[in-house]
Amino acid sequence: MKLTVRALMGACAIGAFSAAAYAETITIATVNNGDMIRMQGYTDDFTAKTGHTVEWVTLEENVLRQRVTTDITAKGGQFDIMTIGMYETPIWGKNGWLVPLNDLSAEYDAADILPAMSGGLSYEGTLYAAPFYGESSMVMYRKDLMEKAGLEMPEAPTWEFIREAAAKMTDRATETNGICLRGKAGWGEGGAFITAMSNSFGARWFDENWKPQFDTEAWANTVNFFKGMMDESGPTGYATNGFNENLSLFQQGKCGMWIDATVAASFVTNKDSTVAEHVGFALAPDNGLGKRSNWLWAWALAIPAGTQKEAAAKQFIEWATSKDYIELVAAKEGWANVPPGARTSLYENPEYQKVPFAKMTLDSILSANPNAPTVDPVPYVGVQFAAIPEFAGIASDVSQEFSAAYAGQQTVEEALAKAQAIATDAMEAAGY
Amino acid sequence: MARSITTKRKTINTAFAWAVGLLIFFPILWTILTSFKTEADAIAFPPKFLFFDWTLENYAVVQERSDYMRFLWNSIIIAGGSTLLGIIIAIPAAWSMAFVPSRRTKDILMWMLSTKMLPAVGVLYPMYLIFIKLGWLDTRIGLVIVLMLINLPIIIWMLYTYFKEIPGEILEAARMDGASLKSEILYVLTPMAVPGIASTILLNVILAWNEAFWTLNLTAANAAPLTAFIASYSSPEGLFYAKLSAASTMAIAPILIMGWFSQKQLVRGLTFGAVK
Repeated sequence: MKLTVRALMGACAIGAFSAAAYAETITIATVNNGDMIRMQGYTDDFTAKTGHTVEWVTLEENVLRQRVTTDITAKGGQFDIMTIGMYETPIWGKNGWLVPLNDLSAEYDAADILPAMSGGLSYEGTLYAAPFYGESSMVMYRKDLMEKAGLEMPEAPTWEFIREAAAKMTDRATETNGICLRGKAGWGEGGAFITAMSNSFGARWFDENWKPQFDTEAWANTVNFFKGMMDESGPTGYATNGFNENLSLFQQGKCGMWIDATVAASFVTNKDSTVAEHVGFALAPDNGLGKRSNWLWAWALAIPAGTQKEAAAKQFIEWATSKDYIELVAAKEGWANVPPGARTSLYENPEYQKVPFAKMTLDSILSANPNAPTVDPVPYVGVQFAAIPEFAGIASDVSQEFSAAYAGQQTVEEALAKAQAIATDAMEAAGY
Repeated sequence: MARSITTKRKTINTAFAWAVGLLIFFPILWTILTSFKTEADAIAFPPKFLFFDWTLENYAVVQERSDYMRFLWNSIIIAGGSTLLGIIIAIPAAWSMAFVPSRRTKDILMWMLSTKMLPAVGVLYPMYLIFIKLGWLDTRIGLVIVLMLINLPIIIWMLYTYFKEIPGEILEAARMDGASLKSEILYVLTPMAVPGIASTILLNVILAWNEAFWTLNLTAANAAPLTAFIASYSSPEGLFYAKLSAASTMAIAPILIMGWFSQKQLVRGLTFGAVK
């Protein structure tokens, strides 16, 4: 008996020693947003399950992009996991900079990831990043103001309806703007919005031969419609408004409608919002051409090739993007706070179906197709971006020209002509 | 009569100086005030200046979420180390340029200053690759060296300006009394230039403390200073202005306090030689 006890104790000691020896500290670069910060708070659960500890490097989105891009292209090896988006993943996957994630455990159930998400985070069928949360864009509107205007929001509105409703809801005396949209320069700010909007107007960034298309009527219609509607019914200085500025206006009751990321739904209905009980949701508008103006995005976790801690990193990704993690957050903070838009099973859960914006978020995500984002065919993947390395630089410059037009510093025609020249020069220089 | 005009002018000047001072200080004051607001009050329009529900919640959240002391310690080491190293190198360099100038001294000074005009991002990749080779990524020593190199032209320029104000005859007399070069710099020149050296140190500590390009791009989890601490609270998707303000206040507090207590020395050093 004594011998058995000693043997057991010895086995335990060896087990503990090997677990300690195996335990790693992984470094994760991530963005500062509500879901990611919440995940950091639950890191102890991961450590308890695996023995691995985590060092977090949290940065503002644009700083993070620059930081991780520098590190992965120079092979700096500073991070074991990087938080990246749908734009970077296929490009980096193609370049061989990321570890493929096709061998995740059966328990993880990779097939449960929403197809739109796994498609956008793969290259040639190989998954290179696991979605932590996904988002599309949709209309968030004030039901009380809509009613006051004598209108009813359809579940799938057109741009003409949105413009008419915006004009009727606008009341300059009470500083109520019919509509708030992103006009701020930057490819991830106003650039993302106008690109997604242009899809519904039949515009595209490039034709099948990679020729820029800003000299087309479809682009002129898009930008003129945007500017016309915002001049009529938008807030003063909309050319410099991004997500945060519009969120602030909407929460304070100064917007009748706001078309933006689906993740904003939880912000406009939480305790900080003065209009929480009046908010309704609808699909992003279209123009009857078969494409809506919603985008598709995911913040996902990827492992840079060359990390020495690949196994521990994969364990973390399996934990953070698992069904169990969603259950953990739901149990502690309620279903409205779980990371949305990544897993099919979440939207089949009767508890989650009770969350007011759950259905519209899923419908918005499902209506976006990164592989066929436009009315006419395109050679690129991506709804509000084109997944080529040159896009970020070109789109930043182009969106600056558009913002200058919104601000009245130049005409829409001048902005489009400059956009065409910028894109043509950059694409020719890149050898397209 | 003349006395009353002087008093009136003094009052106007004082009021003007206070107005300019408050204008410059206002963003810092606003950041501090915002750090005591709720997120809803932080974005309220019209803005709430003093009449809001004061709360320490943001500081509690920041304290819970981040290891402030680690960031602070890194900032102290990096700012202090780079300034100290810079001073050690710059004193002999400035001495030689001030007291034994060559025909090219002016050109060298201008060339050194011109390196400050190069956009830092232009050398990010070469610098990053060098840091990988040397194993300096995310280390304090790496940042101490890079910040020292960045600020060295300013340190040399400032010391050169102060040294030029010291009569060369005094150093010559020391030499005639048998002082070695080391003794001349350490025991004659340095004590006479203490106000200038002190203000140079203070200014460079401030510059290194606030440096936010290299400190963000060359660090990860270990050597990240307070600039990275602030960056971790900034977000384009989410209204976290009150928490960001709390983090910013915690990051600038040490340097603000240091600046407050050493302002006399700083002003004295910066105006050294300005009025003859």
